[in-house]
Amino acid sequence: MSIVSKRPQDNDFTLKIGNVNGTGSASANSMLMKSLFRMGIPVCGKNYFPSNIQGLPTWYEIRVSAEGHLARSGRVDLMVAMNAETYRKDHADVAPAGYLLYDSTWPRSQLFNRTDIHILAVPLSRICNENFNNARSRILMKNIMYVGVLAALLDLDMNIIKQLLNEQFAAKASLLDANQKAIDLGFAYAKENFSCPLPFRARTLDKTRDHIMIDGNTTAALGCLYAGATVGAWYPITPSTSLMDAFKKFCDKYRKDPETGKANYCIIQAEDELGAIGMVLGASWNGARSFTPTSGPGISLMNEFLGYGYFTEIPAVVFDVQRCGPSTGMPTRTQQADLMACAYASHGDTRHVLLFPANPEEAFYQAVQAFDLAERLQTPVIVLTDLDIGMNDWMCRDLKWDDSYQPDRGKVLTAEQIAALPKFNRYTDTDGDGIAARTLPGTHPKGAFFTRGSGHNMYGAYTEDAAEYQAVVDRLRRKFDTAKELMPTAEADIDPKCRSGFLTIGSCDNAVKEARAQLAESGLRLNYLRVKGFPFGKDVQDYLDSHDRIYVVEQNRDAQLRSLLMLETRVDPNKLVPVLHYDGLPILARSVVDGVNQDLARGKAA
Amino acid sequence: MSFITKPKVAHPQLPRNELNLTVRDYEGAMSTLCAGCGHDSITGAIMQAAFELAIPPYRMAKLSGIGCSSKTPAYFASASHGFNTVHGRMPSVATGANAANPDLYYIGVSGDGDTLSIGLGQFLHAVRRNLNMLYLIENNGVYGLTKGQFSASADVGSRAKKGETNQQPPIDPALTLLATGATFIARSFSGDREQLVPLIKAGLTHRGFAVIDVISPCVTFNDHEGSTKSYEFTRKHAMTAIYADFVPPAREIRAQYAAGEAMPVQMHDGSQIVLRKADGAYDPTDRVAAFEYIQTHQKAGEIVTGLLYIDETKPDMHELANTPPGPLASLPFAKVCPGNKTLASIQSRLR
Repeated sequence: MSIVSKRPQDNDFTLKIGNVNGTGSASANSMLMKSLFRMGIPVCGKNYFPSNIQGLPTWYEIRVSAEGHLARSGRVDLMVAMNAETYRKDHADVAPAGYLLYDSTWPRSQLFNRTDIHILAVPLSRICNENFNNARSRILMKNIMYVGVLAALLDLDMNIIKQLLNEQFAAKASLLDANQKAIDLGFAYAKENFSCPLPFRARTLDKTRDHIMIDGNTTAALGCLYAGATVGAWYPITPSTSLMDAFKKFCDKYRKDPETGKANYCIIQAEDELGAIGMVLGASWNGARSFTPTSGPGISLMNEFLGYGYFTEIPAVVFDVQRCGPSTGMPTRTQQADLMACAYASHGDTRHVLLFPANPEEAFYQAVQAFDLAERLQTPVIVLTDLDIGMNDWMCRDLKWDDSYQPDRGKVLTAEQIAALPKFNRYTDTDGDGIAARTLPGTHPKGAFFTRGSGHNMYGAYTEDAAEYQAVVDRLRRKFDTAKELMPTAEADIDPKCRSGFLTIGSCDNAVKEARAQLAESGLRLNYLRVKGFPFGKDVQDYLDSHDRIYVVEQNRDAQLRSLLMLETRVDPNKLVPVLHYDGLPILARSVVDGVNQDLARGKAA
Repeated sequence: MSFITKPKVAHPQLPRNELNLTVRDYEGAMSTLCAGCGHDSITGAIMQAAFELAIPPYRMAKLSGIGCSSKTPAYFASASHGFNTVHGRMPSVATGANAANPDLYYIGVSGDGDTLSIGLGQFLHAVRRNLNMLYLIENNGVYGLTKGQFSASADVGSRAKKGETNQQPPIDPALTLLATGATFIARSFSGDREQLVPLIKAGLTHRGFAVIDVISPCVTFNDHEGSTKSYEFTRKHAMTAIYADFVPPAREIRAQYAAGEAMPVQMHDGSQIVLRKADGAYDPTDRVAAFEYIQTHQKAGEIVTGLLYIDETKPDMHELANTPPGPLASLPFAKVCPGNKTLASIQSRLR
C-alpha cells in the first residue's frame, strides 16, 4: 500500500527558512514559531545548522500540524530562501504547488524556473535599505521583515506578534520600534502584492493549552536541578553544551543561598571528557549527586572510567546527547548510534544502565530518575538523548514537580548504622539484590574502605584469588538483574489480537506514531512499543514473545537496538525487521512507512 | 618490605598525639614493594606527618593512579579512605571528591609515569584549579611495574639497567609547576626523612595544591651506576636550598633563628612554616628567581631540594567557586530543589 502525500491544508503545512548562520535569524524564526503556538496550533521547530559560527548555510523548519504530528515532515510547502548560496537546492526542495519566497532585490527569475511552484518575490534588502540606516540593522531587519511577510501570507495573529515583540524588547525600546517597523513593512508589501492568505494558512485552535515550547537540553538541566545535583563537570561538546549552559543559568538563579550568597553547587569545566567523568565519580564517591553531559566522542573517551565506575560501584549520571558518528562525524546532525557503545562501554565484562527519553518532557523526568537509579544501583547511568531532542524546539506538556519527592540515595549507611555493625564490609551483599551498602568517606571511623579498580573481594581488599574475584563479578551480574525491575516500563499500545508491531526508541517516537496512523488509514494495524531503558524489562520480553513480526525502528545504520534485543532477550532474530534512518536528519514518518512497505513487498515476492 | 605482618600491639611507651593515637594507628597493610624501595620510606614519612598533625585517619582520603607508587595508599592509614583510580587520572577524581566535600584531608600519591606521562594533562589542570590537596610524586625516573622503561623524568644521558641511554629531555616537575602557577612546590629525597616529614606537614596545611616531588630510587630497575635517580647519585647531588620547620597553631616559635635567615609563613589554619635558608640568596616567594635558581644549579649537576616556592594568598577551587562550607551532599534537599511553584514560573516564559 502506498501513502499519497497530502497537499498542505490549513494548520497542516511545513515552512522552511534558508539563511546564513550568524545573521540573527534565530529570533525571527522563534517569533514565527511562538506566534503559531500562541494561536493554539501544535508546532515544532527543527534547526539544521552547520558546525560553524558565521557565514555557512543554516535552515530552520517549522511544522504546523493540527493533528499534532510533530516529527520532521520531510516536505516544504513554503520556503523562505534568504541565502543565495543555497537558492538552487532550496528551489528544488519545494513540494509541487508550494511556494518559494526570496529577496528579489537581485532578481533571479532565470534560476527560479519551476512551473509547478509559486515564486514570491519580495525586495527585502531594498525595502530595508530605504528604511534603515545602519548596516548591521539592515541585515537583522531583513530577517525580521520576512516574519511580517509570512504573517500576511499565513494569516498570523498580528496582536500576538506585537505582544511577542514587546516581551522580547521590553528593555530596549529603540529595538522594539525598529522591529515593529520591519514587520509592518513586510506585512504591507505582502498584502499589496500577493493574494493573502495562501490556500493553506494558520487558523486559531485550542490545542497548545498546558503545553510549553522547550528543548531537551534545557529540560535535562532542569531535571538535574530538581534532582538535587550539586556537582556538574563537563567538557564543551556539540550538541550537549547547552545542557550545562542551562544548568549553570538555573543554578545562578535558584541555587544561590539567599542568606549567605553561597553557591549550593559546583560546576567545573574539565580539561577533557576523561577529567569530567573522573570528577563525577569523585564527587559521587563523596555522596554528591553529580553528572556530566557529553556526546559520542566524549563517551569514547570516558570508556575507561565508565568501567571503573561499574566495577567500583560508584554512582554517576552521564547524558549522551547523540550526534552523527563515527569519529567526529557530523557534530550538528542527529543519530542514535551510541547504543552499543554505551550499553557495554569499557573493557572487560561491563554493562551499563541506560535511559532513552523520547522528547524534552521525558528528558526532564528521566534525568531525575537517572540519579535515583545511579544511587540505588551504585553504578553509572547514561541518559541517551540526541541532537533532535536536545537542541530542537519541541512542544510538550507542562512539566510537573511533586513537592513530596525525596531522592533515593540508595543504601548509604549513616554513622549510627556503621557504629552498630560488628564490621563494615564495602562489597558484601547482605540481602540478595546484588547491591552492597556503601557509606560516605569521613562518616565514621569504622566505615573506612578502599576503592580500587583492581581485583577486590567482597570485603574490598585486593585480591588475585580466582573464587574471590568471581564472586564479585557474579554479584555485579545479579545487580544488573535487579536493575531490570527498576527500569521504567515501555510505552505500549497493544491490541492483543494483532501479531505485528513496531518496537522503537527515543526520538523515533513521533515519526513512528505518525507512520502508524498513516498505515492504519490504509488498513494495516500495527502495535506499538517504545523501550525507555536498558536492561530491558519483562514487558519488552513479553512484547517480543507475543508478536510474529516486529519492525525495529531506530536512527543508526547497524540496527543497534535490534542487536541489543538479540543479545539480551530470548527473541528469534528472524522476526525482528530493521527499519533504519541514519542520514543525520531527524527521522520521518515516510521512512518508517517505506520500511514497512518494503518488508511487505519482500514477503509478497517470496 | 617485610614478610611478617607486625602484630597490632603498640609499645606502651610509644608517643601519643592529641587524638591519643600512636604512629602505629597510621599504619596500613603490609607493603608488597621491593625491599629497599624509596616509596616505603615516603609511606613512613606520611604516617609520621599525619600522626604529628593528629589527623583523624577516617577524615583522610588517600588517592592514587596506577603504578608502584600508586599502590602505596594501601600501605598507610588503613582506617582512612583509599581511592586507587585509573592510570594518570587521580587529579580529576580528587577534584570531584574535593568539590563535593572540602572537609577531608586529601593526599594524592603518584609516580613520575602517572604524573608526567599519562597524567600530565590532569595534573597541570589540578594545579590551575589550585585544588586543596597534597600531591606527592614518588619520582624514580623509571617504570617499575612494567620492568624498567624510561619515564618522562629520566635525565638525558641517564643509563637504563639494560644499558640503553636516555636521549629525550626530562619534564622537571618543579620547573613545570613554577611555570603553571602552582602555589606550593617542594622537592625532597625519600632518604631524607628529616626534610620530608615537615614538608608533608606543611603541604597538608597549605590551602591549595601542594606538590612534593620526592626522588625515590627504584632499587630494582634504576639504582645502578649511570642512573641519575639512584640512592648514591641523589645523596651526592642533592643540595638543600631551604629548610621548612612546621609550627602547629597556638604553639610559639621556640627555635632560635639568626636574623635574616628565618622566614615565617602564616598558614590558613593558624599554623606557621618557618623557612630556614641554607642559601641566603634564595627567596621562595619569588617565582622568577626560583626558576632561575633551580635551573642554574641543575646545570651545575645539583638537585635543589626543600620548599622551593610558596604562595599562601591564592584562592583555592572552593573560594573561586564560592561554595558553602561542609559537604554538598549534606545540604538539605529543600535547599537544592526549587519546587513546583518555581517550575511553573520558569515555564510561564516558555509559551
